[in-house]
Amino acid sequence: MLESFLASTVAMATPILLAALGELIVERSGVLNIGIEGAMLVGAFCGFAVAYYGSSIALGLIAACAAAVALNALLAVLLVNFAVNQVVAGTAIDILALGLTGVFYRRWFGETGSAFTITPMSPIALGPLARIPLIGPVLFDQSALVYLAFVLVPIVAIAISRTRYGLELRAAGERPEAADALGLGVYRLRWQAMMIAGVLSGLAGAYLTMADTNTFVEGVTAGRGYVALSIVIVGRWNAWGVAAAAMLFGGAMALQFGLQAFGTAIPYQFFLALPYALTIAVLAFMGGQADSPSALGEPYIS
Amino acid sequence: MSDTPTERDVPSGSASARVRRVLFATVLRFAAVGRSIAALAIAVAIISIVLLALGASPIAVFADLWQGAFGNWLAATDTLVKSTPLVFTGLAIAVAFQGALWNIGADGQLVMGALAAGAIGPALGGWAHPIAIFAMLAVGAAGGAVWGGFAGWLRARREVNEVISTIMLNFVAAQVLSWAVHGPLMEPSGDYPKSVVIADSAKLAFYLAPSRLNLGMVLALILAVGCHLALFHGEAGLELRALGRSRRASAFFGIPIRRLTVGAMALSGALAGVGGAVQVSAITHRLYETMSPGWGYEAIAVALVARLNPLAIVPAAILFGALDNGSQAMQRADAVSPVLVNVIQGLVIIILIAFDAATARGMRTAFFGALDAAPRSDGPPAEVGDA
Repeated sequence: MLESFLASTVAMATPILLAALGELIVERSGVLNIGIEGAMLVGAFCGFAVAYYGSSIALGLIAACAAAVALNALLAVLLVNFAVNQVVAGTAIDILALGLTGVFYRRWFGETGSAFTITPMSPIALGPLARIPLIGPVLFDQSALVYLAFVLVPIVAIAISRTRYGLELRAAGERPEAADALGLGVYRLRWQAMMIAGVLSGLAGAYLTMADTNTFVEGVTAGRGYVALSIVIVGRWNAWGVAAAAMLFGGAMALQFGLQAFGTAIPYQFFLALPYALTIAVLAFMGGQADSPSALGEPYIS
Repeated sequence: MSDTPTERDVPSGSASARVRRVLFATVLRFAAVGRSIAALAIAVAIISIVLLALGASPIAVFADLWQGAFGNWLAATDTLVKSTPLVFTGLAIAVAFQGALWNIGADGQLVMGALAAGAIGPALGGWAHPIAIFAMLAVGAAGGAVWGGFAGWLRARREVNEVISTIMLNFVAAQVLSWAVHGPLMEPSGDYPKSVVIADSAKLAFYLAPSRLNLGMVLALILAVGCHLALFHGEAGLELRALGRSRRASAFFGIPIRRLTVGAMALSGALAGVGGAVQVSAITHRLYETMSPGWGYEAIAVALVARLNPLAIVPAAILFGALDNGSQAMQRADAVSPVLVNVIQGLVIIILIAFDAATARGMRTAFFGALDAAPRSDGPPAEVGDA
């Protein structure tokens, strides 16, 4: 019981953690990327479609990343070069992605409702570690994307806070004028951040259709990109905080399986709404955007 | 968008400057309409390429869209009926965006309005028709206002970004509705998740049967005029637009930012909520598990095409309502999913904001020379809605 709850917590946390790490990098460079939901969705669809027709998980993962990067490139042109309103542009990207994936899905896979499935990524047991009671199956018998997500946490944390590149990125997010005056190239930094986020959102989406399940349904991301956005705030723009928040929300999402199985009197909609309500509650109680990058969300023209 | 030109950017002074000022204002007004139309045209061009890639004929698809939307009397009236919720949600977005309050939650607010109306509807049996209708609309407005006002309060008092909170509240509202039609409001037979039918006195009548024309669109028009007056001829509207231009300047001039934030978000939610109540009262007559096919998100495209101008919301809503209505026929005839409409919405928004950004500097340069074309240093974030 506990083991399956923890395992599904990790499974639920992985895609939002991957996406949130990408969002963290983007936000540290000063860009609020609402399009993350769309990038995940496009990644989920293209990964699945290529894995289905190409019969290759590796090709699927590459396609997922490429598609999400392409969508983020479109958004980066708008946000960075055209300096448009970041909320409006990001929302438009999400609507566009919902439409594009829906149209192509029904055209390529028909509307018969019959399930198109692939052989999903298999879990990789990490030798003796996987045999540790409780922790083993939860942490060390998972798909490669889960390991990647957790390995990325310290890497992103160190890259942002201890490397020259991280410093430049933060400069672009805190004082873009000053960063430009120093010749750091705010546009370049923000573009690069958007590309990194594209790869990570693509993988996050691919996890949903190629590891967590083995099929695509329209709107499969179901707001996970938005949850990732919130997790960056809850995690105070810090990779460790983001990881902790991702586990908390993963747990909230996993509750629905556990408690539904228990057959409690609580209506199941309560558990479906819980992650979203929890997001609002946590943000309300933590209050404040004091730790956010100063230039976050501000269009910047160099 | 950060520096869309407005009349106020024009330097005052000499007589020739005044002439240019008037000319510039006129050109701006036409350019705004022109840009909306051009954005639609480019979106159509891109969609055609997508359709060709899918192996469908763009000409057939657009012809079927037109047929489905305006092909006959019934289709045309149904386009109006399907545009009605988009006027309400479009107004909701316009009011909030004018104040740089990024309400992405019109969908949830509409759902809560519908839920409130659908909950009291069955109990209005003994009431006089106008009073019952008024009660439906009032509780619908209240339901939406609570949902929107809560997000406004979170923003004003707890510094919670309204983009996040309104999106989250959309998901919560959908689950509350689902719970209601599976639980407390479920009709007694209980085979299917839907609520008890509302009382006859609470139903808005259809006119010119077999069309489904009803007073909902009339109410929407009245509210559009009301929003226009409030935004452009009222003090609170002026303050709200000032808030949208510059938060810092508004604070400096003593504008009550917190009260305005909560009030504008509540009003925004109320407009969407009334839309939900009208939908229940006129069309569905009861609650189902889904009450909105995404009107709250579509409304963002509606509001931006209308340049956040309440009066322009009406034609913009009819345009997108026509797309929605026509997409059913398109699906039957061309086997293209109706979510193609989402692609059009997304593209139109993207093209419009890119246009604004690209043309803003160019237009000012053309009229006033390069000197005035330099971007302003404080770059106010919210200039989506220069009407």
